[in-house]
Amino acid sequence: MFAIFKKELRAYFINPVGYVYIGIFLAASALICAFNTYQQATYETAGYFQFLILMMGVLIPLLTMRLFSEERKTKTEQLLLTAPVSITGMVLGKYLAAFTLFGASVLVSCLNLFPLVSYSIIEQSNATSDVHVGLVGGQVIGCLIGVLLVGAAFIAIGLFISSLTESQLSAAVITIAVLMVMMLANALNSLINSTVVRTVLNWISILARFDRFSVGMFDIAAVLYYVSIAGIFIFLTVRIYDKRRWG
Amino acid sequence: MIKIDHLVKNYGANCAVDDISFEIAAGEIVGFLGPNGAGKSTTMNILTGYLSSTSGRVTVDGLNVLDAPLEVKRRIGYLPEQPPLYPDMTVEEYLIFVYNLKGCTLNRTKHLQEICEVVKLTDVYKRLIRNLSKGYKQRVGIAQALIGNPPVIIFDEPTVGLDPKQIIEIRNLIRNLGKDHTVILSTHILQEVQAVCDRIIIINKGRVVADELTENINRVATNSFRYQVKACGPQKEVLAMLKNRPDVVYAEVLSARDGDAYIYQVESNRGVDIRKSLFFAFAERGWAMVGLEPLGMSLEDIFISVVDKTDAGNAERGAKGGRKPRAKSLEKDIAQSILDATAEKQESIAPYAGDED
Repeated sequence: MFAIFKKELRAYFINPVGYVYIGIFLAASALICAFNTYQQATYETAGYFQFLILMMGVLIPLLTMRLFSEERKTKTEQLLLTAPVSITGMVLGKYLAAFTLFGASVLVSCLNLFPLVSYSIIEQSNATSDVHVGLVGGQVIGCLIGVLLVGAAFIAIGLFISSLTESQLSAAVITIAVLMVMMLANALNSLINSTVVRTVLNWISILARFDRFSVGMFDIAAVLYYVSIAGIFIFLTVRIYDKRRWG
Repeated sequence: MIKIDHLVKNYGANCAVDDISFEIAAGEIVGFLGPNGAGKSTTMNILTGYLSSTSGRVTVDGLNVLDAPLEVKRRIGYLPEQPPLYPDMTVEEYLIFVYNLKGCTLNRTKHLQEICEVVKLTDVYKRLIRNLSKGYKQRVGIAQALIGNPPVIIFDEPTVGLDPKQIIEIRNLIRNLGKDHTVILSTHILQEVQAVCDRIIIINKGRVVADELTENINRVATNSFRYQVKACGPQKEVLAMLKNRPDVVYAEVLSARDGDAYIYQVESNRGVDIRKSLFFAFAERGWAMVGLEPLGMSLEDIFISVVDKTDAGNAERGAKGGRKPRAKSLEKDIAQSILDATAEKQESIAPYAGDED
């Protein structure tokens, strides 16, 4: 498993796709931060993180599109599947590689908030009253955890879709479409009256659960939701490979 | 070492492997022969755990592929039909990746170096796989299979697309590997099997149609009853003499000539070596015999007639009549004897009834 993890992580930097992903992620997150937070002269960061998630809907498919589809196309999966590694090990190795790169890019993008944090510290030290001024630590940490969890779920979905097709392009396009639907579900929800439809939409709505994090609440139900989405799609990917063997 | 027991693989309604059974002892080099689509690759893929069988049992070193897949995979080095290479890696990176993937415990630098020397990769060790020629790519694929020194090595058409010199090198390599490994080699190149393998298993339409030691097949093939005789002398008289001999079943003049000698084809009775008496018969009459050679069967002939025969047999079974086997009488007989021997062997293997253990 570790060999596959290492190989995938390396592959991101052999192919341009890893650089493209990191470059766009950092540039776009900095822009969002600049317009959403700095230009508004506010300590409010929830909006920044929400835009970050929207952006992930387009960028994460870049990370996941080639994971399995390329191996299928070049027939290298035969090597992995005949090596003494379980299918679960293979899927997890690839999943963790994508998640590691994603997590690293999120952590680096925290630099965007550095001026905000330092300014907030200065302002706090100059504060004359007991009223809290400056950044709300809970909100930032909550949002970061939330973003990582959403990313974990997105990567699992992208991984699964990549295992279904031989073409990287279709894997990317389908993943983007699926993630967009999941994100739009929240907006659609308020427009529809039928309770049945609303329940279903709520079930697939990624953003609805993120709101809790953005007010600095650590919501166990939301954590479970994201972790189970990731778990289900990893499991399905393993099943896809198992089934293909028996096909 | 390897035991395949009543293996069946269906792809939907399509039966790719239909009740194959055989055993391979440790240290054997077995050639797996068959026309395209006969089920060679499917069988190998099942053996290596890439595919699962519909029914039947495959054991390697006493371990069932389904019960202990990782243990079995650890014992097998596999070169698939298309070598599984990552074009973006250098040979070194790729081999290190496979080394880690297989969880090897041998000394890495030393082990990889040895393998590279064996398959002659040292020159291109630092180059990108993308830029290698087909022959070198194939060698990287072979190197990959050898990593971890597995007791069983499986090659699926290892010499496809190589130039003649490389083919000979790889055949030598395989023969050397056979000294301390069990090797299975699938191919549809017949000389290759003849040159390399101890034993030949021919499969057609998902069934084992022949399973013989190479030397036996060679013996059958060279043990001929037909000779080509070149002799000077009056054509009609020579032919009459030949036809009148009690040990000659059939004689004819071939149209080709060699100088003033005519060429005759003579078929003798079974089990009678007529070469000496033929020589003296000619000598007696003062006709110079300038050539005498047996018309043996090549492995090709045997292969084609075996495959044709099973096809014809199937056709007859299916829709009475079918197409006529195009093998000549002698070849038909040999094919039949091989088929009968294999059928006996196959019958002697007890039917597989679920997992006993």
